[in-house]
Amino acid sequence: MSAESLTLDKPRSPRRPAARRNNFELYSWLFMRLSGLALVVLVLGHLFIMNILDDGVHRINFAFVAGRWASPFWQFWDLAMLWLAQLHGGNGMRTIIEDYARKDTTRFWLKMLLYASIALILAVGTLVIFTFDPNIAG
Amino acid sequence: MSVTASTAPAGTSDRAGASRLSGTFYRGDPAMWSWVLHRITGALTFFFLFVHVLDTALVRVSPSAYDAVIETYKTPFVNLLEVGLVGAVLYHALNGIRVMLVDFWSQGPRYQRPMLWGLIGVWAAVMIPGTYFMLERTVSTMFGGH
Ligand code: HEM
Ligand code: HEM
Repeated sequence: MSAESLTLDKPRSPRRPAARRNNFELYSWLFMRLSGLALVVLVLGHLFIMNILDDGVHRINFAFVAGRWASPFWQFWDLAMLWLAQLHGGNGMRTIIEDYARKDTTRFWLKMLLYASIALILAVGTLVIFTFDPNIAG
Repeated sequence: MSVTASTAPAGTSDRAGASRLSGTFYRGDPAMWSWVLHRITGALTFFFLFVHVLDTALVRVSPSAYDAVIETYKTPFVNLLEVGLVGAVLYHALNGIRVMLVDFWSQGPRYQRPMLWGLIGVWAAVMIPGTYFMLERTVSTMFGGH
């Protein structure tokens, strides 16, 4: 239909253009479910290894971490877990802020604080995995 | 969220005339508590992860700094908190799977309640032996072990 032939919307048009500006919330809803699926394996696996396998938490120390991060498999595991858990948890926290913050300014600043913490944790966590040095003690 | 939508229209429960909706009541229903717990456990895990990534970052400072912090993970009280964290994450994961089944499986909404009892069963079946293995060494050390 060309633009000239239709100058007015039909009355009670079922289309609601304002609701179609973007699909961000749809993608975020989908992301929560897809990342959740991956996190089942990553996080529950991590918890099992760290707390139950062998001597559980009692065997963890620097040498243990050095042994694990010598393997690209565990480096990748931890990196994927870091990013997915942080984005999934961060997106969930955004929902919680939207639900409970009553004033626009409170909501704005809580979200800024949240985004800053997500960026900080992603940056520190990623850096630590990529720059880990088993001989740091010299 | 989807459980809310499929069980009762949000915001109707306080209104006069809500009694007409009896049978689709959401507030106080186990499905509501499952959602409250999902929210609390998710937020708790998020806060833990913040601290956890920072304490793991100590491996870039020095082995002794990292080891010193990890030693606190092995004390009886913190050990107990770890059991709580594992229980919280496990609940969140199982309920998350339930939420996904409600959303994507055609029979999901119909079985949301039996799935809730099912997840409580799985949770207990994992946590009872899990708690034993997580605390075994701490308890035996406290009560006269090596
Ligand atoms: C008490 C329970 C836990 C213990 C004892 C524990 C232990 C560890 C250890 C020893 C590491 C060092 C890296 C390695 O050896 O793989 C690590 C890294 C990591 N853990 Fe955990 N963990 C626990 C719970 C969790 C939970 C619940 C999550 C997710 C929400 C998580 C997410 C991560 C991530 C993302 C890293 C990588 C950190 C980085 O990039 O620097 N951990 N954990
Ligand atoms: C272990 C596997 C996990 C699964 C299967 C899972 C699943 C889910 C799902 C499906 C939702 C969306 C709920 C809804 O839209 O109603 C959700 C929300 C959420 N998740 Fe997870 N999740 C997992 C791990 C995590 C982790 C590791 C964190 C924290 C870092 C986390 C934090 C959150 C938060 C804060 C919310 C928002 C809760 C709300 O809006 O009430 N989740 N999760």
